[in-house]
Amino acid sequence: MSWNRLRRKTVNAAMLMLTAFCTLFAAGTLLFILGYLFVHGARSLSWDFFTKLPAPVGESGGGMANAILGSAKLLLLAMAFGVPLGFLGGVYLAEFGGPGFSFAVRYTADLLNGVPSIVMGIFVFTLVVLKQHHFSTLAGGVALGIMTIPIAIRSSEEFLRAVPPALREGAMALGASKAQAIWTVVIPAAKAGIITGIMLNLARVAGETAPLLFTALSNRFWSPGWNQPTASLPVMIFNYSVAPYEDWHQQAWSAGFVLLSLILAVNILARLILSKKGAALR
Amino acid sequence: MQAPIRDPGAAAAFSNSGAPGETKPLVNGAQAKLSATNLNFFYGNFQALHGISIQVYEKHVTAFIGPSGCGKSTFLRTLNRMNETVRHSRVEGEIRLDGHNIFDLDVNDVRRRVGMVFQKSNPFPKSIFDNVAYGPRINGFGSRSAISDCVEQSLRRAALWEEVKDKLHQSAHGLSGGQQQRLCIARALAVNPEVLLLDEPCSALDPIATAKIEDLIFQLKDSCTIVIVTHNMQQAARVADYTGFFLMGRLIEFDNTTVIFKTPSKKETEDYVTGRFG
Amino acid sequence: MPGSAITAVDARPPGAMPRSLFQRLVSGDRIAYLLTFLCAASVVLVTIALVWELYANSGPSRRQFGLKFLVSSDWDPVAGQFGAAPFIYGTLVTTALAMLIGVPLGVGAAIFLAELAPPGISSGLTFLIELLAAVPSVIIGLLGIFVVIPILRDTVPYLRGALGWMPLFQGPFYGVSLLAAGIVLSIMILPFIISISREVILAVPADQREAALALGATRWEMTWDVVVPYAKKGIVGSIFLALARSLGETMAVTMVVGNTPQIAASLFAPGYSIAAVIANEFAEATGALYQSALVELGLVLFGLTMAINAAARLLVLSTSGKGSA
Repeated sequence: MSWNRLRRKTVNAAMLMLTAFCTLFAAGTLLFILGYLFVHGARSLSWDFFTKLPAPVGESGGGMANAILGSAKLLLLAMAFGVPLGFLGGVYLAEFGGPGFSFAVRYTADLLNGVPSIVMGIFVFTLVVLKQHHFSTLAGGVALGIMTIPIAIRSSEEFLRAVPPALREGAMALGASKAQAIWTVVIPAAKAGIITGIMLNLARVAGETAPLLFTALSNRFWSPGWNQPTASLPVMIFNYSVAPYEDWHQQAWSAGFVLLSLILAVNILARLILSKKGAALR
Repeated sequence: MQAPIRDPGAAAAFSNSGAPGETKPLVNGAQAKLSATNLNFFYGNFQALHGISIQVYEKHVTAFIGPSGCGKSTFLRTLNRMNETVRHSRVEGEIRLDGHNIFDLDVNDVRRRVGMVFQKSNPFPKSIFDNVAYGPRINGFGSRSAISDCVEQSLRRAALWEEVKDKLHQSAHGLSGGQQQRLCIARALAVNPEVLLLDEPCSALDPIATAKIEDLIFQLKDSCTIVIVTHNMQQAARVADYTGFFLMGRLIEFDNTTVIFKTPSKKETEDYVTGRFG
Repeated sequence: MPGSAITAVDARPPGAMPRSLFQRLVSGDRIAYLLTFLCAASVVLVTIALVWELYANSGPSRRQFGLKFLVSSDWDPVAGQFGAAPFIYGTLVTTALAMLIGVPLGVGAAIFLAELAPPGISSGLTFLIELLAAVPSVIIGLLGIFVVIPILRDTVPYLRGALGWMPLFQGPFYGVSLLAAGIVLSIMILPFIISISREVILAVPADQREAALALGATRWEMTWDVVVPYAKKGIVGSIFLALARSLGETMAVTMVVGNTPQIAASLFAPGYSIAAVIANEFAEATGALYQSALVELGLVLFGLTMAINAAARLLVLSTSGKGSA
């Protein structure tokens, strides 16, 4: 083999190994994170974690029951606020939209999507917290809700557009109005995609911390209703991990494990549904 | 285009599938540059080529004709091992280049020696010069001036030099379809291949561009063995010395072009060339 | 009564089934249009409101400091002095470090996944890497504190030994540092670079690859000389998107950067970023000037990320279709 040929073959093999290494590093990081969280977090998971309130500062024990409930309430609010607006907005873009306004909507949706979450927190602070003169679950829910809208709009639009026009036309040819055709035929056909879109959206905002820091703030106790500041899993993880107490670090690991497991489970489930649906369509 | 004299004693002996041991001497002295012996090709479980045996003669033009899906392009791609880019594909049998089995040679070397021009022109998004210079550069052809000479020579061989010599550093995408295809031919020629495989090179071109490329093929065959796949029988009749007729993954008949078109021995061949099907 | 022409608004042929209120609502195209239009418009309204609120609430600070805000490094809430320079510096340095680490790793991995890896392995690894994008920032920060920083404590002496002649690698190391922040940021942006670059590389037409192979190029030569240049714009777009993300990253950074408003030459020194200072100080900011200074920081961050995102989208979009000529 000539020198030129040999050199090129060596370069070929070397680059294969180098790029493979890059890939394994990236993939390995995820596995490492999972493994580390499992080892450190799952170990100290106890019934207390899920049922008790945080213990007074400096004392050991206690749990994160209020944070779990708080996260659930915040996400409920976010979904209630963001999903209808995003979904119906997506329906508009896919079914009714005129070119100019649709462009404006898509552009601003992308813009909003790119806003750093901390800036979103500032916005909701000025919009809600300042007007109410106190931090609240409502403010946190609104912040998370606004963050879900751009993604909900784009993903709903995408899945609705993927429904073949033939289905719409078939319904309308039977006498259905456009709205009826959309409601009874198009949306059910896009169902799988829309639901998985909502799931992925949920998983994304479940882990958001920054926008909650000065909207929902935090709370070491229960926070009934919607007008009090509330604890949430991500904020607790943050607060506990930067504190000097070993016990709190341990709880931060547990909380991290619970949070990540839920987020990854939802992600994997959503992908499975999507891939099954895709396979069925073929 | 002169039909070589039939010589019963000449070297070339091969058999089509289903006709073992049958000798069809066609050549007076011309060497077989490429030869396939009992070649089978599989996509997964599907067998696309059945027992193809054929000889491609040096410095002559060989055409493969046949209806869509007959396997002529598939077979062409085995000749420079491009079929290996398809996953789950499998080859059985031998293909020899100058007597050496190409599956034993280094694949990149085979591809340099057996060049290919594709159905739709595919210049790189680089300048005209860089397109043609790519092959020489990676094969270490030498200094800048050597490569520059090589580019000019290849463009001349492809009858494109006069049209592009003043805009060598402009993008290749600015050329017309016919020019782009000639650029691809120049690019393939730049690595000095011994064989040039043309996979329906004119199917996307207008008649004038097609005529230019057919003229090119006449000029090139003195220096290069040419194999052309074409769905246009008249083109085969115009340019090729030898023609092979493929049907359903089999080589039905292979002979001088005049024989194939005027006095074919197999009924399927006659049906195809007279237009009864395909 | 004479034959009255009944012109009911909802005139329906005899024999038609009666419709419920809901059915009538849903079949009303005008209502559907209006409803969906309002929802779509809400996005535009929210965005306008956001920009307005940021601008209005940063008023006191903008009026007080003007453009000096961006260059002054004096951040003293007690004295009422607010200069953004340390945060801008920290943001830029940590982001630059993240890109330095993340871009080669990310593009390399994308090339492997799109071109060089066998398909089964490729899809499995892609799946894992896309899951990495789903890991929340606060959890990466958790690992930053308890894994990355201890590892750095062990490796910094070697770094100092090898590269200590550069001011970047001098000075004491306490764990929390710009270096740690850059590393956790690179982990956060890696999945984005990989997944977008991988898609644009996959989108390069097959005939380009075949042309290169048919000339005798090796797989790597085909990839590096032909495929990657063709996908260049999209890859750069993905890098811009990653850049925008990394500028706005808050939690992972604030957990490991040290939260010290200073401009130091060394990567070993603690620092601060725009997002981190907002996260840490906003809830307790007293006084209109303090709060508006933080809002102004948010405005700066918003402007930066918007500009970069816009450039990124242009680049990614322009690769769909023709390659770069």
